[in-house]
Amino acid sequence: MAITTKGQIGLTGNTAIAYAMKQINPDVCPAYPITPSTGIIEDFAGFVADGEVDTEMITVESEHSAMSACIGAEAAGARVMTATSSQGLALMWEMLYIASGMRLPIVLTNVNRALSAPINIHCDHSDSMGARDAGWVQLYSETVQEAYDNLIQAIRIAEHTDVLLPTMVCLDGFITSHAIENISLISDADVKGFIGAYKPAHALLDVEHPITYGAMSLPDNYIEFKHEQSRAMARSKAVVSAIGAEFGKKFGRSYGLFDAYRLEDADSVIVILNSAAGTTKVAVDELRAQGKKVGMLRPRLFRPFPFEELAKALSGAKAIAVLDRVDSMNGFGGPLFNEIRSALYETDSRPKVMSRIYGLGGRDYKVKDALGVYDELGKVVSTGKVETLQKYITL
Amino acid sequence: MSVPAEKKEKISVPFDYNKYLRPGKLPHIWCPGCGHGIVLKAMLRAIDKLGIDKDNVCVVSGIGCSSRTPGYVDFNTLHTLHGRALSFATGIKLARPDMKVIVVTGDGDALAIGGNHFIHTCRRNIDITALVFTNAIYGMTGGQYSPTTPLESIATTSRYGNIEPPFDTCEMAKAAGATFVARGTAYHTLELEKTIYEALMHKGTSVVDIIDACPTYFGRMNKYKSATHMMEAMEKDGTVSVKQVDKLPPEKVAGKMLRGVLHKIDRPEYCEQYALLVQEKAQAKSK
Repeated sequence: MAITTKGQIGLTGNTAIAYAMKQINPDVCPAYPITPSTGIIEDFAGFVADGEVDTEMITVESEHSAMSACIGAEAAGARVMTATSSQGLALMWEMLYIASGMRLPIVLTNVNRALSAPINIHCDHSDSMGARDAGWVQLYSETVQEAYDNLIQAIRIAEHTDVLLPTMVCLDGFITSHAIENISLISDADVKGFIGAYKPAHALLDVEHPITYGAMSLPDNYIEFKHEQSRAMARSKAVVSAIGAEFGKKFGRSYGLFDAYRLEDADSVIVILNSAAGTTKVAVDELRAQGKKVGMLRPRLFRPFPFEELAKALSGAKAIAVLDRVDSMNGFGGPLFNEIRSALYETDSRPKVMSRIYGLGGRDYKVKDALGVYDELGKVVSTGKVETLQKYITL
Repeated sequence: MSVPAEKKEKISVPFDYNKYLRPGKLPHIWCPGCGHGIVLKAMLRAIDKLGIDKDNVCVVSGIGCSSRTPGYVDFNTLHTLHGRALSFATGIKLARPDMKVIVVTGDGDALAIGGNHFIHTCRRNIDITALVFTNAIYGMTGGQYSPTTPLESIATTSRYGNIEPPFDTCEMAKAAGATFVARGTAYHTLELEKTIYEALMHKGTSVVDIIDACPTYFGRMNKYKSATHMMEAMEKDGTVSVKQVDKLPPEKVAGKMLRGVLHKIDRPEYCEQYALLVQEKAQAKSK
């Protein structure tokens, strides 16, 4: 099976996402520019202008309008994509819930960035983590290659009849969005073949079969709608796995629910999202070379959260540090920490878990920072005690 | 050789901008050739003319190139969210009606994402001065077309020319209810200073649309040779003073924007009306 038809090509995260959008050729793309995801829309606007896609591009006056237009277009029966970041996603908030409540398989790229105040434009997971309960499937990407591959898979995941939920692909602002990486592209024909044509089950423009979206639903049936939505979210986990495997079979790059690195016999484990996993792997290799039993786990699917699979993968560890590039401001660590800790409750081994908040607002996370965390974990392994349950690092 | 007495009087002391600038915050981030610095200076001179304590001035902004202004100036400043500056400013003015509240905003900030707040601020006629730095593009995010980008202009999101008709900021402000509406340019610097001063002196919502070229994005994409060429073409030749317009032949006015004070009326100001109502109800209750 050919891995690529074109050989590797150097693209930034933004350009790769725009290129995947070109290959997907959505029917509608409403967008509002926001740094650092602007490159995506700029490049895509170029494809639209040059007639390389059939997309109707609408440059609206705010992200609230962008997501509103996405919802309208998707309900009408179109395949819809957009991209945003930070405050842009925050302004979409109200509409995110409407998109998921209406079960509209919109696909959005979110370039992870900090939220105001104070104003900051750099990498941070506050934006998408704030939207974690909005009913969107969330995929996180370590590299440009993965972001590109995730976006193509996101179309299939969102539109799968077992799912029918909007899907968000996240990549790190600047670190991934603006870094050039050699990646393998899939041919246009293969992308087209993989995603297939969009056949909406219920479309407003299908005038032969009139329907309504978002109608008033009082205590007599609102909870049933939410129950169905919840079941769809739970079902999407298997769909993400199946599509990740099918993608691997066709294009040579398989994707599971998470990425485990030298985890098999590891006592000390860091759990971390997105690009910082790459830095952590360097630390893992360094420590493994010294004979230390360390490993790393990077969740790829965050919504729905793969509780059982992650608990199983981590049950052999003795001490785990969950690193969040966002603080839940709940007085008890970051969102990933809370989910991982909750997942481990059912395990017999109950490894020690601690929360470390790092890299907010684009603060560098370096190999030495990861080494520091492994050092702390080593102490927990030897003493069996967590001295500091939660704290900020990279301060 | 003696200097004539009247000439001696005209010698002016250079304006001390440092009085109003925050030490250590310069240089600013604006590109070479951008007019925002000229507008900032005109604004500071106009504020200086008011003769009020700088702690009694509040400068509020949203997001964008123009919205960086509050970072450089030594007043009370609030840097907020994209499009929402006027709403934050409304809150400040209601809490402190004695304070001079100035909003520094761009065309994308004020008229696209913040368009709703813009028209409702004008409608209320609350005593806020909005300075709209109109460069007809989203400069900070890389040159996307905005609600004031002229038809057929090139932007990163309109590679073959813009097909969306632009807003006339002044007409919109007037129609929405602003009681002082004016236009200036970075090119006509001294005139701009006077216009901003008049706007600041006006009681009620005052809007000054300031034509201010963006050579980095708008200029390069639309084939302006230089920042000065752009300033001359858009600001000098692209506008005509409202005082001269009646004297000029129609061909010299066609397609040009009017400069100067375009609309000025008296209408009850919101904070005053609010205070009156509270007073009236309180008196009625105490009787």
